[in-house]
Amino acid sequence: MPPSPGDLVLDAQDLHKSFATGRTGWHRTRVSAVDGVSLRLRAGESLGIVGESGCGKSTLARMLVGLERPDSGSITIHGRDVARTRGRDRRLLRRQVQMVFQDPYTSLDPRMSVLDLLAEPLIVHKRVDGAAARRDRVAELLSLVNLAPELMHRYPHQFSGGQRQRIGIARALALEPEVLVCDEPVSALDVSVQAQVVNLLRDLQHRMGIALVFIAHDLSVVRHVADRTAVMYLGRLAEIGDTTTVYEEPTHPYTQALLSASPVVDRSRRRLADRIMLAGDPPSPTDPPSGCRFHTRCRFRQDRCSQEQPVLRSLDGPADRLVACHFAEQTRDSAGAR
Amino acid sequence: MRHASESALHVRGLSVTFGTRRGSVPAVVDVDLDVARGELVALLGESGSGKSAAARAVMGLSARNATVSADAMRLGDTDLLGLAEPQLRHLRGTRMSMVFQDALSALNPVLTIGDQIGELFREHRGMSRRQARAAAVDLLGQVGIPAPARRVGEYPHQFSGGMRQRILIAMAIALRPELVIADEPTTALDVTVQAQILELLDSLRRDLNMAVLLITHDLGVVSEVADRVMVMYAGRVVEAGSADDLLGTPAHPYTEALLRSVPQADQRGQALYAIPGSPPSPTHQPAGCPFHPRCGFVVDRCRTERPPLTVVADGRTAACHRTEEVRHAAVTG
Repeated sequence: MPPSPGDLVLDAQDLHKSFATGRTGWHRTRVSAVDGVSLRLRAGESLGIVGESGCGKSTLARMLVGLERPDSGSITIHGRDVARTRGRDRRLLRRQVQMVFQDPYTSLDPRMSVLDLLAEPLIVHKRVDGAAARRDRVAELLSLVNLAPELMHRYPHQFSGGQRQRIGIARALALEPEVLVCDEPVSALDVSVQAQVVNLLRDLQHRMGIALVFIAHDLSVVRHVADRTAVMYLGRLAEIGDTTTVYEEPTHPYTQALLSASPVVDRSRRRLADRIMLAGDPPSPTDPPSGCRFHTRCRFRQDRCSQEQPVLRSLDGPADRLVACHFAEQTRDSAGAR
Repeated sequence: MRHASESALHVRGLSVTFGTRRGSVPAVVDVDLDVARGELVALLGESGSGKSAAARAVMGLSARNATVSADAMRLGDTDLLGLAEPQLRHLRGTRMSMVFQDALSALNPVLTIGDQIGELFREHRGMSRRQARAAAVDLLGQVGIPAPARRVGEYPHQFSGGMRQRILIAMAIALRPELVIADEPTTALDVTVQAQILELLDSLRRDLNMAVLLITHDLGVVSEVADRVMVMYAGRVVEAGSADDLLGTPAHPYTEALLRSVPQADQRGQALYAIPGSPPSPTHQPAGCPFHPRCGFVVDRCRTERPPLTVVADGRTAACHRTEEVRHAAVTG
């Protein structure tokens, strides 16, 4: 039964994930990739996740689709916690949440025809019985992503990058998921074909009521696609809220710096020169700073920031937005003054 | 004034053809390049458009199966065409240099940064080990690496991606070349680091009066730093001009379509303009204008007759039969 718009389809609470990276001396070192992230996704909405490399956005995506198990925290789909379970509940996660990968050149098996690629999930999940019925379903999936059904007997190398990404999307749609997690879905594509794939994803979201998690480093694409945007820094959420609010009234000092550094295609609004500088390099995730993880690079830093971890909180005002900063009221005002 | 300044790079009729088992593949066809001292020229194109092949040909770094020909190729007043490999080798580094995209594979992992930068000074300037090391420390400080005296003894893997890119830039500018070619120098970097690198390139060419040829596929990067832009499609320059002019009123449908497909804040919620199809492979180029199968301005003539690159306005060239209509459409939007 498809959920009606606004229903909660995925509820991730307090996800943690760290990876062992070897040892220095006697100590095992661990990278804390995701540290206490909570997300809620409603049917048919799109959530953008932005942040720089190493901020944990891909690890988060992989946990949401079940490719990684969180160390702690829960992922609830339709009231069932699927993060720690095996067997049937795990299959529920796989069926409801599917992933579109970044690189369409390596994510499709070169020795499988498009028919085999798209029929595989149908067979594994016993969705469609009989070769003829499967072929019909594959044709349907192909037309869903604007590819001609006659192409189903071809192999991945016979397609262009944009077409391959469409095949990847069709494969993700095969089980009629409610959530599609897209990890940098256009960054491996030629500039002139990126818009095609962005449009397709938005179209699927609206037409089929699929919820999108859209991870990208291109801030202008996220702004275009996402209803809500989450900004991550070193494994934690810095800010999350309505996309327009986050972009037009960025409040976390990191969001402000990130947005000011992203180039715009407008000669009259060149802003590299007066962007907000970040002091120093990103800290190593094996040894994250205490308190607020951003405090080493923050221009509003005070003593409290290195001692006390700020929690996500809402500000006064009507905007649907949460910020993890002790001094959010002041930083918001300073952004307005710029 | 910039355009009155001396020319650093002057190339006419550059063509690069790769010999493969399936026959010869033209990657660059009849490209003219001009970069003046202190000027930043962007070479904009997608993968396979020939932008990197053109740059490597200028540097004399083409792959072994490539055939390079040109009517003229000058660096300052030196004719590059007549030079033998040893002479060209001497020019690389001293008078022209290149910054590569992937800093980790462009640096030698088993030598310290100091040794790699120092090698330039020892090889080209005949400095001693000690002098070269001091020069390396200087240079690292100049490109904004903190605590250069300590970090000069570290290995490439100990630096972050942005720092490694700075090291490559340091090596490229070490001997004060007239021309720096930067091949997608920020593509692998995060936006905050990208902004730092672009700013560094911008200030270096201003302070040291270098000519910079920036190869990129990113319109945002072009818009932020370029003085002039050349747009390449399917191995040819399809449009060139000053950045303000070209980005404001594109004269070629490809540029116009690229600009239109960039998401704008005020168009949220609408479908993006999408260019149909995908870029042609160099082995199967369409007849006539190479962009015609994807072009919104296409007429019959485009399918048979390839438009030459012609002057459309002061300092502007474009290769399109319908450039007047394109420019008009861009203005009225």
